[in-house]
Amino acid sequence: MTTPSVNGALHPRLQEIADDFTSMADQDRLQLLLEFSQELPALPERYAAHRDLMEPVPECQTPLFLAVEVDPDEVVHLFFDAPAEAPTTRGFAAILHAGLDGLGVQEVLDTPAEFSHRLGLSDLVSPLRLRGMAAMLARIKRQVREQRGAR
Amino acid sequence: MALPQDSAPKFAEYAHPEKIVSTEWVAAHLDDPGLVVAESDEDVLLYETGHVPGAVKLDWHTELNDPVTRDYVDGAGFARLMSEKGIGRDTTLVLYGDRNNWWAAYALWVCSLFGHPDVRLMDGGRAKWIAEGRPVSTDTPKPAPADYPAVDRDDQRLRAFKDQVVAHLGQPMIDVRSPGEYSGELLHMPDYPQEGAMRGGHIPGAKSVPWARAAAEDATFKPRAELEAIYLGEAGLTPDDDVVVYCRIGERSSHTWFVLQHLLGFGHVRNYDGSWTEWGNSVRVPITRGDKP
Repeated sequence: MTTPSVNGALHPRLQEIADDFTSMADQDRLQLLLEFSQELPALPERYAAHRDLMEPVPECQTPLFLAVEVDPDEVVHLFFDAPAEAPTTRGFAAILHAGLDGLGVQEVLDTPAEFSHRLGLSDLVSPLRLRGMAAMLARIKRQVREQRGAR
Repeated sequence: MALPQDSAPKFAEYAHPEKIVSTEWVAAHLDDPGLVVAESDEDVLLYETGHVPGAVKLDWHTELNDPVTRDYVDGAGFARLMSEKGIGRDTTLVLYGDRNNWWAAYALWVCSLFGHPDVRLMDGGRAKWIAEGRPVSTDTPKPAPADYPAVDRDDQRLRAFKDQVVAHLGQPMIDVRSPGEYSGELLHMPDYPQEGAMRGGHIPGAKSVPWARAAAEDATFKPRAELEAIYLGEAGLTPDDDVVVYCRIGERSSHTWFVLQHLLGFGHVRNYDGSWTEWGNSVRVPITRGDKP
């Protein structure tokens, strides 16, 4: 995969999240991920009643749906839906929400594809799960590009 | 000292009823000495959200695997792990987990490679325990270390390696992945991470029986007669067959291994844990595409 930003800098919001994780001992990292999972915002009514408007992310091992909106000011808004029985997937979604929701289009597109590997979680959760998070990010960026292109 | 077996009539029909207990049994024996309950989940955070009171966590990814080589821990590593969890060689170990006990079955299979004498699954796993409104706890037990001897892992009886699978071609094999994985259809779109295999399809001759067909709606194993209809009837296996089961990395197929070995009493079932991530990446091994064996 050719991604220009592979070794690029993280947006300060993402960097702060990454720093929070990597400054902790292993067990505390899982606890922080759990806290993220508990803070994933609920879906607004327009999606809660219409899951079909959301994009499934089959690369995640548990069902995850996401929706991306780019507003007229080129600000990105993210919406995620994952079941409570899937706290890891919810945690990853919540990290992306905390890090990217409300950023500008270019800021989202500049997020390095391997962001998920900068959280110090590679040894704690399976590679396949981290790939699920990378897939969420890839799909978010693709939707952002498409929506910007459609303007 | 092993705990008594669960005498539920459903289990009595299985070939090895001593390998399975109900949620009721676990609730009744939770405080018995000689018992350790361990949760092993696909989602590594689920245990932290609340678990069977007193249960320890057994992490398939970080604890059962060697951190560097693609293999399981060795005898010394397994002994260390069991000791840390307060599990002795004579402990009755009951495993349960999420997703129809998928990972719990995997952990049970790994424990079986080390010949742990008494290891059982809790039928219905985590989902059933919670659906029944039984208590959960977020307290993490800190067990006193137990004595566990270093026992060599036996990779002959229950485990198959790639060369052995090549030699096994033409004999009974079950692919337990989803129909799409079996047929070799791939989502091929840019930017969409793939499952990590260079080729799609299945091992020639392997029949498709997705693993979750062995589970009922409530995540319990189906009764023996229904399992026989699937594996003996549809798949045409017989209990004295030499069978190899596989999936993507050997986890889902552990579930089917448990069904054939312990519930239906097959004498020789091996789990090919290299599975599709090895076979589908190997040079010049035969592959079949499509929905036929």
